[in-house]
Amino acid sequence: MDRAHRDNFKEFQIKIQVLRAFSAIMHTMRKILIVLGGIILVLLAGCTRSGANQPQQNNSDISSTSTSAYIQNAGSDTIVNLALAWAERYQKTKPEVSISVTGGGSGTGLSSLINKTTDIANASRQISPEELAAAKKAGLNPQEFVIARDAIAVIVNPENPVDHLTIEQLSRIYRGEINNWQEVGGEDRPIVRLSRETNSGTHVYFLDAVIRLGNSEDKTIFSRDTLLLPSSEGIISEVRDNPNAIGYDGLGYVTSEVKMVAISGLKTPDVYVLPSAKTVSDNSYVISRNLYMYTQNPPTGAIKDYLDWILSAEAQQIVINLGFVPVK
Amino acid sequence: MKRIKISGDSVISGVIKVCGYSSILFVTLILLFLLREGLPALANVPLSSLFSTIWYPIEGYFGLLPLIGGSLMVTISATIIALPFGIGTAVYLSEVAPNWLKEILKPVVEILAGIPSVVLGFIGILVLVPFMRKAFHLATGLTGFTGAVLLGLIAIPTIVSIAEDALNNVPPAYRQAGLALGATRWQTIWGVTLPAAKTGVITAVMLGIGRALGETMAVMMVTGNAPVLPDKWNSLFLPVRTMTATIASEMGEVSSGSQHYQVLFFIGILLFLLSLMINISASLVSTRQRKRAERILS
Repeated sequence: MDRAHRDNFKEFQIKIQVLRAFSAIMHTMRKILIVLGGIILVLLAGCTRSGANQPQQNNSDISSTSTSAYIQNAGSDTIVNLALAWAERYQKTKPEVSISVTGGGSGTGLSSLINKTTDIANASRQISPEELAAAKKAGLNPQEFVIARDAIAVIVNPENPVDHLTIEQLSRIYRGEINNWQEVGGEDRPIVRLSRETNSGTHVYFLDAVIRLGNSEDKTIFSRDTLLLPSSEGIISEVRDNPNAIGYDGLGYVTSEVKMVAISGLKTPDVYVLPSAKTVSDNSYVISRNLYMYTQNPPTGAIKDYLDWILSAEAQQIVINLGFVPVK
Repeated sequence: MKRIKISGDSVISGVIKVCGYSSILFVTLILLFLLREGLPALANVPLSSLFSTIWYPIEGYFGLLPLIGGSLMVTISATIIALPFGIGTAVYLSEVAPNWLKEILKPVVEILAGIPSVVLGFIGILVLVPFMRKAFHLATGLTGFTGAVLLGLIAIPTIVSIAEDALNNVPPAYRQAGLALGATRWQTIWGVTLPAAKTGVITAVMLGIGRALGETMAVMMVTGNAPVLPDKWNSLFLPVRTMTATIASEMGEVSSGSQHYQVLFFIGILLFLLSLMINISASLVSTRQRKRAERILS
């Protein structure tokens, strides 16, 4: 009988033994702990030291030798497809340069720039004063490059009859003051607000430019029941499926399965404009912004060549192909 | 000869000892790290802010209540969903199913446990979310309930596999005695086998709860992540944000040492305490039960 029970509670016996062993250690094996702790600390110290050395070595490699270079590029999910397309094209013409591109959000990219784990950070917003201070503290001098422009499209389900909103209505929807589509000329349906997570530059831009209408004194935040989805695709798929939903996303990400809403600005509330390359260039579409790349220090060597190429006509044509707006 | 043997033995037992102790050391180091990074949050962020109901860290709102409430609600609902299915499947496998079926079903359940949760989350987004919205006429399918159903699915294999082992370990003499006394099969299962395997079954449930509490990816994908305090009767059918999802989605952006960073580690401490509480209560239940069983049998 006892044996059956023993098999039964194997898991717990192990746990209890662990607890017993733990108390035994605390009382009698303190020496072993100290020795082991010492070893671990030495190992950890070794790890951090080699970790700190690595980026410096990378930098010197890149600046001193132009024969082969490795550029790390991380950040904004809005820019990631564009950055990938650029990297692929650039590596075809210059096979000696290899570029790795990852997403994660503007905040993620800028914090890895500050932690020296990436060479170029992509950001869909400008670096914040706090981030700049942290970078200066880490001995860096971040440089800003405007690499493209982007419109933020407001999207709804194709079944939703609403096809235009003033920017003020949009602001009130996301503040939680308008909760039914009826109030803006739609059907009697609840409004489900979708947004990117707070680490997204698009989120921060939308908060400033739309919810607060550019007023820096305003401390309003997103309505608390706004759904914060971890990816652009998450927003597109929920809007595609749900006729109650409203979302926003970079123009380059909008697919034909969702409907874009025409927006009017504060000064011309009865002129509704759909986002496109043309309306961004002539500034008639109001929710548009610059896209940035940041380097740790004034760029040299392979990084400088790459950034120069990005601003060339060839690279800016890729910008147009992907649905963004070129700088020049 | 003899001496060499003894020294070889002691070397090996020494190595094993070091392995055992080092794992404890690692756990202690992790705990110390958590405490070192997370506890300053209590000093640097006012308590009134930590226990408010607004979570919007980029503007300095650090209310933890919506996150704690979200995690608890989703975990408890997931347990309620997983419990009958998990124990039912375990009873069927151990007591009712013919041997050939059992040999197919048990590995299948164990494969289910091996499916990465991000895959389940993906299926959840494409299938479960639209289904929930239409079935319950909700504003959106990205709700706490969707997360609970998915978490239930994730917890079921854990519960089945451990509970089934526990039931299998009940001596056949118990069942034979029950049947010999004229009890039906169901009466034997409900009155004899399950009570005899009670502790193992409770262990299974506790481990299932632990699995549900710690799950991140699948929950993050389907619960909508809106930090709203679940204080209404229909909160389960509204979007919620869990503690694990918050850590996962925000850890990448914080600069180390900031208030936001400390609060995220503080959430980690809370999660650690919660799972510790689950483990301790499970082991308390099992030791108490064992003592009673031993007393009766002796």
